[in-house]
Amino acid sequence: MKKWLEPFSTAWVGVATHKLRSFLTILGIVIGVAAVIALMSIGRGAEAQIISNIESMGSGLVTISPGARTFGGVKSAVNTLTMEDGEAIAGQIDNISAISSSYSSSLQLVVGAQNMRAQVSGVTPEYMSVNNLELADGTFFAEYDYQRGVKVVVLGSNVKETLFGDTNPIGQQIRMGKIIVRVIGILESKGAMWGSSDDAIYVPLTAMQQTVAQPRTAQGERVVSSISLTVSDEEQADYVVTEITSLLRTRHQLGPNVDDDFNIMSMEELAETVSEAIGTMTLLLGAIAAISLLVGGIGVMNIMLVSVLERTREIGIRKALGARERDIWTQFLIEAAFLTFAGGIIGVIVGWAVSYMVSATGFITTLVTADIVILAVSVSVGIGLFFGFYPAWNASHLNPIEALRSE
Amino acid sequence: MIRMQDITKVYPMGNRDLTVLRGINLNIAQGELVAIMGPSGSGKSTLLNLIGCLDILTSGSYYLDDREVSRLSSGELAAIRAHKIGFVFQTFNLLPRLSALANVELGLRYAGGSDRKRAMEALAKVGLSDRANHRPTELSGGEQQRVAIARALVKNPPLILADEPTGNLDSHSGAEVISILTSLHAEQGITLLTITHDTNIAHHCQRIIHLKDGQVVSEERV
Repeated sequence: MKKWLEPFSTAWVGVATHKLRSFLTILGIVIGVAAVIALMSIGRGAEAQIISNIESMGSGLVTISPGARTFGGVKSAVNTLTMEDGEAIAGQIDNISAISSSYSSSLQLVVGAQNMRAQVSGVTPEYMSVNNLELADGTFFAEYDYQRGVKVVVLGSNVKETLFGDTNPIGQQIRMGKIIVRVIGILESKGAMWGSSDDAIYVPLTAMQQTVAQPRTAQGERVVSSISLTVSDEEQADYVVTEITSLLRTRHQLGPNVDDDFNIMSMEELAETVSEAIGTMTLLLGAIAAISLLVGGIGVMNIMLVSVLERTREIGIRKALGARERDIWTQFLIEAAFLTFAGGIIGVIVGWAVSYMVSATGFITTLVTADIVILAVSVSVGIGLFFGFYPAWNASHLNPIEALRSE
Repeated sequence: MIRMQDITKVYPMGNRDLTVLRGINLNIAQGELVAIMGPSGSGKSTLLNLIGCLDILTSGSYYLDDREVSRLSSGELAAIRAHKIGFVFQTFNLLPRLSALANVELGLRYAGGSDRKRAMEALAKVGLSDRANHRPTELSGGEQQRVAIARALVKNPPLILADEPTGNLDSHSGAEVISILTSLHAEQGITLLTITHDTNIAHHCQRIIHLKDGQVVSEERV
């Protein structure tokens, strides 16, 4: 046998002699590593899922919504954002590839016997490209339809399902408040997220104005519910947000000590915030799981101390045969590290299986990444070395004569 | 080969010290076959442990192959045990979990590395080739002691130390063990020191050293 392999085969014999005990010893490590892998994978999976949802909405997306304007603690109505604000942004801020305004209102919808009240958004034609919407069927309205106030509607997938079921809705008519609109497009489903386009109903803003009076501000500007835009360069998102903020503050004549009367949020920023929050959460979960690793490590130390005591005579024999302190020390250290390494590997497999099962339930997608696996296994080996150190040191410093005399 | 001058060994026992060896002078030449006899508590085992570098003397000087070993570090002592000294114990001291062959291989482990072929040869010398894969518990006492002898001689040490090698054996197995040890001495010129209570065995040796109360009381040549 190769000389450097001998300590490993010795460690294997030590572990294999007491199979049940070895298994119970590493159980703590197995559970700890499995918990770390499973929890981290759930955290990472959730993070990846949310980020991909955000990105499906367009990572260069910036949305502006009206916020309460406060005067001395009194909040005024939230009709602070206007069509003219949007035009000013489009005209004065660089690095914007498309911009769109929308005005939403709750309207009664009637299709045959179906009758429902829903939030309808009147939008400009750029809305589709700005918000990264995709069509499952039909078309979105064009600039031409918008200019002429053509009464057409594009439905989110959930709305289509509710109103039309499995029948083809394209060309069908819907009574919407005082007007009748014709369905021209169905959106691709984007999956569950806040403000999902699946529940949306889009008509040209000009058509909307024919059934709902769009309010105006004191200055005579047309109020909108939100302005959304995409930046041409995602790197510039922060800069664009700053520029828009100062432009809107000027337009709204806000003094230096007054809060913004609008909210502005870039997806870039949101993605960062969310991923940071989930990352912290994941780390916390991992840390809790790591405590069980620590407990497992103490278990390993306990068993190693017992094992040294039990094998005192063996240590004496080895010393009589010429083993140096270093030889005895490495023997027990390798045995401890071998135990915890095996525990780490089994833990990874168990954790992976748990994470796979969690994934299979469909509630949440999990993601086992290489860095977690490498971290978990190396931490468990480290635990073996750390908690094996003292028992191994004990073993190596036994007096050979007393060790040989022990039972 | 062995030169001991005025060796004492004191074990601290709480506040009273226990003096086990009081001024031993001993010279053993290369290739000698020596028996050490004496009543229990006379310091035989302590002397053998000192010679075997398992223990450190309290005062005096001990030269092994002209090298003063009493001031060596534990690592250097381990190296001497690994390369120069083979031990045979009264209680065999085999590792119960290992086969006879693996136990013999262990004798090489710290003396340069295991070597299955040499271990097999050593087992053949003690007549146990057919028992190579048996565990110690599956062997008789005499066979276990022969495995232990194979383990001691596998690294070809110049010195073999035996502490009552037949103490736990019936007379037949004891005689077998002694004949193996004496033939090893005769064929390979190994220096052999054995502690024994058995005068028959002692008279197979060339020289008998009598210890009493930690001192050499007499020596006789056979």
